[in-house]
Amino acid sequence: MGGATLSVGRSSPEITLENLLQHPKGQELLTCIQCGLCAGTCPYGEVMAYPPRRIIAMLRAGMLESVLTSDSLLACVACYSCMAKCPRNIQLTEVLLPLVKEQVFLRLAELPAELHKALDNTLRYGNPMAESPRKRAAWIKTVDFPIRILAEDPRPVDVLWFVECQNSYHPRGQDVSRATAKLFHVLGIDFAILGNEEKCAGECARLLGEKGLFETLTDYIMVVFSKYRFNRIVTSGAHAYDAFKHPYTAAGFKYEVAHTTPFFADYLEQLKSRLTRKLPYAITYHDSCCLGRHNGFYEQPRWLLQAIPGVKLLEMPHNRISATCCGGGGGGMWLDTYYKTKGYERLSERRVKEAVSTGADVIAVSCPYEISRFEDALKVLGYEKKVMVRDVTELLSEAMEV
Amino acid sequence: MSAEYWVVVEHWRGSVSQITYEALALGREVADQLGASLHAVLLGHNARELAATLGKADSVIYADDPQLSEVVAETYAEALVQLLKSRKPKGIIIPLTNVSLGAGTLLGARLGLPVVNFCTDVKVAEGAVQARCTLYGGKIESRVTTEREPTILGLCPGARPSEKGLSDQRPPIEDFAVSLPEPAIHLKKYIEPEAGDVDITQQEVLVAVGRGIQGQENLNLAETLAKQLRGAVCASRPVIDQGWLPISRQVGKSGATVKPKLYLALGISGAPEHAEGMKNSALIVAVNTDRSAPIFNIAHYGIVADVLEVLPALSEAIESRKGVGSHA
Amino acid sequence: MNILVVLRMVPDVVEELEIAPDGKSLDLEFGRMVLSESDDHALEQALLIKERSGGTVTALALEAREVDEVLFAALAKGVDRVVKITGPKEGATTREAAHSIAQVISSEPGLKGADLVLTGTQAINDLDGLMAPSLAQELSLPFLGIVTGLVPDSSARSTVAVKEFPRGVGGEFEVALPAVFGIQAAEKPPRYVPVAKVRAVMKSQRIDSVSAAATEEPSLSLLLVLEMTKPQPTAHAEILEGSPEQTASALCGILAERGLL
Repeated sequence: MGGATLSVGRSSPEITLENLLQHPKGQELLTCIQCGLCAGTCPYGEVMAYPPRRIIAMLRAGMLESVLTSDSLLACVACYSCMAKCPRNIQLTEVLLPLVKEQVFLRLAELPAELHKALDNTLRYGNPMAESPRKRAAWIKTVDFPIRILAEDPRPVDVLWFVECQNSYHPRGQDVSRATAKLFHVLGIDFAILGNEEKCAGECARLLGEKGLFETLTDYIMVVFSKYRFNRIVTSGAHAYDAFKHPYTAAGFKYEVAHTTPFFADYLEQLKSRLTRKLPYAITYHDSCCLGRHNGFYEQPRWLLQAIPGVKLLEMPHNRISATCCGGGGGGMWLDTYYKTKGYERLSERRVKEAVSTGADVIAVSCPYEISRFEDALKVLGYEKKVMVRDVTELLSEAMEV
Repeated sequence: MSAEYWVVVEHWRGSVSQITYEALALGREVADQLGASLHAVLLGHNARELAATLGKADSVIYADDPQLSEVVAETYAEALVQLLKSRKPKGIIIPLTNVSLGAGTLLGARLGLPVVNFCTDVKVAEGAVQARCTLYGGKIESRVTTEREPTILGLCPGARPSEKGLSDQRPPIEDFAVSLPEPAIHLKKYIEPEAGDVDITQQEVLVAVGRGIQGQENLNLAETLAKQLRGAVCASRPVIDQGWLPISRQVGKSGATVKPKLYLALGISGAPEHAEGMKNSALIVAVNTDRSAPIFNIAHYGIVADVLEVLPALSEAIESRKGVGSHA
Repeated sequence: MNILVVLRMVPDVVEELEIAPDGKSLDLEFGRMVLSESDDHALEQALLIKERSGGTVTALALEAREVDEVLFAALAKGVDRVVKITGPKEGATTREAAHSIAQVISSEPGLKGADLVLTGTQAINDLDGLMAPSLAQELSLPFLGIVTGLVPDSSARSTVAVKEFPRGVGGEFEVALPAVFGIQAAEKPPRYVPVAKVRAVMKSQRIDSVSAAATEEPSLSLLLVLEMTKPQPTAHAEILEGSPEQTASALCGILAERGLL
């Protein structure tokens, strides 16, 4: 079987798990002091047979095969906690884990059914939900102003808005898209979307170890981007943002890219004057792993929320760098039943319990996975009448009078 | 020789299947419109008494052979080939079910006859038989006719109410001798499903329960209904999470995708994660106290009421309908 | 054990299906094609048998849009050889397809003499007949459909086959080989094949192309499609109003009409 490859710049020599320790990127792994902070901070630490500390120890001892033939790493939700806490700044979630998971993936005898379907669907339809690509932009008909689709009108545009799969197809995601469109519109921003040409950016596939799928999607999306002229890409997908910001650079991605939350935070002064409706909510903000820990955008969503009149902001004990993942990354979005059969607590339920304990009546989020995951957890725990989940953009939109 | 129209009787393990009566109801209409006589073709072994309830037909053509004691498509096709040497009906309706599947195609292939599958209705227009067929998982309907006789129609369940195919007349029986070659296919035994171990993806009827069932103690109401409808109970995620039913019964994004003939969504809101797993069911009926629950957007029929009130009422209504004629 | 798997591409119903301008057929230009679901199970069953008892698996398919991806994926899953049959027009009926495929099986070296011919039990467009019994008749082989279990004897002279009957009852048959089987479900769900493996196979392996002899025969389907339509979907449920007893009774009537009682 071929070794795992990480292209750090596609022209540089291939890194494989075998030659990893000889490569400069891999040599960082040798600086691991085996402190175990990674294992301690991992949300599934108590069930993770091979946290990063142990993987590195096995790698050094030439015993990696036991790691690769175990399915334990399916429990890694790629939340960046280990990487954020590592005192040696080793690129765990970004480099080591995808390499290892790629090999685990190739050896798995059977893929959990839901995950299998999601991957098949993503390859075939460009989204994990088996929705027709032709319907990806159908939601724009529910907005009361026109939204430009680049394939129909390819003139240069300021912002190419990469909407993302959940935000295109899922009813709650479409709520967020409508709110986001309204914000762009109110701010007078010149924007357009890719419409049916848009496909999944592939980040979760990559973090799960399905590198071939990630590369197929990357190749496709880079071709689509190259057809149009725009100043910057703004996306409402937190994982899409992460993909473009980091691994896509290896494929030549050089565009300016932002996630909607920090993007709108840059327009805070302009927005403030429009936030005239009082929302008497006690809100607790859940830091998304991609935006928060991985890219450092902790304060921007909070500034936006605090600009809404009537809002009281409450913090969960685990916040900012310590926020606990909703469980959707790294394939986790499609592994709920698999985790359940293994007896793992659902991370979304754990997080919702913490949110409820603050006394908040709204959980504010900025990643599309979080909405359905937390709404589901609230229902299961019986809190759905007490607490609601809203994206930051939804709250901003609600606070605007028309 | 006057015109004939045939219905192949489906029977299994000693009982005539319900679809046979549906086919007889349909066949009677078609035969009458064509001015033809209707004949039920009964293939079996020591199965003569099954002819008694087939009086909707003008006669029962009965072929008895030890090799016909079990339903094997090969053997059925061969028996029909022999029957067709001396008689030529205008058409032959063969049920399209797990029991009879394949016999129609084999017969058509052996004699170069047209086969029309997935029939949900048949009518006669200008002396010719036209079939309405549902293809592509229900997304396309085709109207089809043929120019060669007999035409073999593969009939889907539900084309006519089975009551219309019943009769209290005992039909005359015409015996027909067949001589069947040594088969390459032998049924050795039946394997009964293990109690409690249900594959919900193979069920024709699913009674699905959600939070509206309120408690584990109310599950028996759903079980009763499932038994009456010869289906199984399944559930949405929250019910499974509570541990009221095993994971094998879960329907939805994280569970099974099902396409039964009937999906009864009881107390299920219809969130996308659940809808994904059942939206292609042939008939969806939803019961929910919330008129704006998303389930009503994908259901064909809805009842806005408390599941705990509708369930017993439904079971009772079904009970009082029974006794219309005992059939499998 | 020499196993042939017949794969068919069918219109993908995830996309909207459009009727062609003639009003009698599908507009094939508009939609996409996907591997028929039970054919995927037939392929999986073939691979499971090969893994257990050795042998070779050859997959055959008629040329169609997107069939190459399916055939390469089959190779990546462990199929030994894949054959694409060219000649028949896209949109051939099931019986027409069976005729062409059987012709190729009978004449192409390496395909004759298979012990097992597997294909899916039923496809969504089997209007004029099913593939498995059609093939069986063309190849003069016995046929059994709706198979959920297949355990060939090591002698390759017979096999145990489980056919699914109503209500979860299984029928265990003994079938003399060679024979054709319509597979309903493989013993395990069809395996996933990582995209990287498929891409690697696209570079290192090839699809054999064989042409089916052109026939002057008139349409084998013998059917005349008068019209094809799309039933209009309802956007909302028809709400049955009344007391629980009234709605229950109304519902019973509906179920009875549909043959569900």
